[in-house]
Amino acid sequence: MMHVNGRKPNFLRKLDPAVVTAFGCILLLLVLGSFYSRSFLSPEYLLQQLKVASFLGIIATGMMLVILLGQIDLSVPWTVATGAMMACAAAAYGPVGTALAIPFGILCGIGIGLVNGVGVAYLRIPSMIVTLATNAVAQGVMVVYTGGFSPQDSATAAMRYLSTGALIPGIPNVVFIWGLVGTAMVFLLRRMGFGRAVYGIGNRERAAYLSGINTRRIVMIAFAASGGLSAFGGVLLAGYASKASQSMGDAYLLPAIAAVVLGGTSILGGRGSYLGTVAGVILVTLLQSILSVTQMPEAGRQIIYGVMIILMLLLYGRAPASR
Amino acid sequence: MNDWQYRLAEHRGTLTAVAIFVVMFIIYTANHPAGFTANVIQTAANKGVLLAFVAMAQTMVVITAGIDLSVGMIFLLTNCLASWLVVGSPLETTFGVVIVLVVGAVCGAINGAIVIYGRLQPIVATIATGAIYFGVALLLRPFPGGSVNEGLADALTGRIFGVVPASLAALAAVVVLIWVPFSRSVYGRAAYAVGSSETAAYMSGMPIRRGKLLAYTLSGLVAALGGLFLTFFTYTGDAAFASGNAYTLFSIAAVVLGGVSLFGGKGSAIGAVFGALAFRTIGDLLFVFDLDPLWQPLFQGLILLAAISLGALALFRVRNRLEWFL
Repeated sequence: MMHVNGRKPNFLRKLDPAVVTAFGCILLLLVLGSFYSRSFLSPEYLLQQLKVASFLGIIATGMMLVILLGQIDLSVPWTVATGAMMACAAAAYGPVGTALAIPFGILCGIGIGLVNGVGVAYLRIPSMIVTLATNAVAQGVMVVYTGGFSPQDSATAAMRYLSTGALIPGIPNVVFIWGLVGTAMVFLLRRMGFGRAVYGIGNRERAAYLSGINTRRIVMIAFAASGGLSAFGGVLLAGYASKASQSMGDAYLLPAIAAVVLGGTSILGGRGSYLGTVAGVILVTLLQSILSVTQMPEAGRQIIYGVMIILMLLLYGRAPASR
Repeated sequence: MNDWQYRLAEHRGTLTAVAIFVVMFIIYTANHPAGFTANVIQTAANKGVLLAFVAMAQTMVVITAGIDLSVGMIFLLTNCLASWLVVGSPLETTFGVVIVLVVGAVCGAINGAIVIYGRLQPIVATIATGAIYFGVALLLRPFPGGSVNEGLADALTGRIFGVVPASLAALAAVVVLIWVPFSRSVYGRAAYAVGSSETAAYMSGMPIRRGKLLAYTLSGLVAALGGLFLTFFTYTGDAAFASGNAYTLFSIAAVVLGGVSLFGGKGSAIGAVFGALAFRTIGDLLFVFDLDPLWQPLFQGLILLAAISLGALALFRVRNRLEWFL
């Protein structure tokens, strides 16, 4: 790649073409949207979109960590639901339960993630299968727990404040939380050995192992983190809707994968930046929002959504034609 | 190694799947109040055949080291299309069946073209095409409805000579007419070779692109057969997102139970068919043992988790730790 960019100025050379394209697509969507309605460029609309994007952003952060390893986490739907339901369930147990609701929800997600991680890292089961199975088990546990109905427990005040309140007037708290999670992730990936190990394992686990990295522990921790972040997203979503529901996570699996991949992270692992994931999350959210604002029927929305993802990937997500 | 030993090793996954299914089915019928009767078998067959078709479709893509996350949506799309077209006079019905199968094959071919010529990763490409196919299905059937040629439907979901379930016979016919010729053809071998090592297959001059494209196309065709049978069972078309998603995920589970390697190049659609039948029998087993239906998803998940963990036993045979990593 370097020789292609050799003559460009330094700041351009550092930019990943995929990230630039993704941000370009965001601008394009905004411009197209503003032809439809003036309000697309208003600060209120943009802030609202950023707020909606934050939930996906937090979930996609965990997904990115796993995809960087060259794995995938298909347990997102019921990890999100488990996090939300368990947090709401804890809230029913008096003041102590209310105080511990959020950590308990996240802890349940970390538990699911740990099972995934042990399966992938120590038992060497392909991640696609083990996460599928834990998703089924989590669903089973939740169905037994709730009796097949949406649980009656409601979210605690703290959960509602985190996802709907605004510490600084005008800027929703959840955007801050995504910012914090994102900053931590960037620090982890760029400045810590853990991040370097993640990239190394994604490129070639065997080489990473031979250079003395405890690859199995890293993989396990990454899956646990992904589970925890998914559950945290679920906790916040429950706060947003003020209760948990059965299928609340279903709408987050495919968009999370799409956001990470549209942001230029290679699905084979080892390559990608968090800035790209941010761009991907905003892109997916904007796309969904514009399609729903234009009152397109659900069928048309799905088709356009699929076509757009394929077109954007064909633009910059293609594998090299190396032979 | 003797010839038969080699063959046994080659088909170990398939044989294990057959064994698992047979054991589960014997337990099931032994505990069923009606016992081993034609009725019980017909009901079980009709339940299992749908997933068996979708799992067979998934296998064709998985042996090329790909994955098809749109297979459940092709299944839905063809179901919705069949609820419009497979009606009326015998000629119209035949025409409808042909169109439905062609549409399924085209969906598969689109997936294949995007993966092969667009050079996108199968997992993300089929997520996107799955959304498209679901959208089209929803266009065709915004609300559940439609109808189907009931004479044909009853014939294909009933029993032949009052004994053999017709759906099972149809499944066997599809295996013999589509899977066996494909897996023995040059293109089928190329699909397996691509799954093992794309570079090596290319270097050996195998028709890898056409082999892969044929695998994806046939996968769409078989998924369409599943969609047709869904229409025959339900008499309606229904674009239910959750159902399409569930079939996609269950097809992966069935493929794994059927001894097909998700890394490609290993396994057979016959194994996947038995994997699918076994997966369906899990639900039936819980029914005969009178378990609360509420517990069914949990048990299905736990059995799946246990089954895949058994694969980890192979780790004990690893002598060199580097073999942990592929």
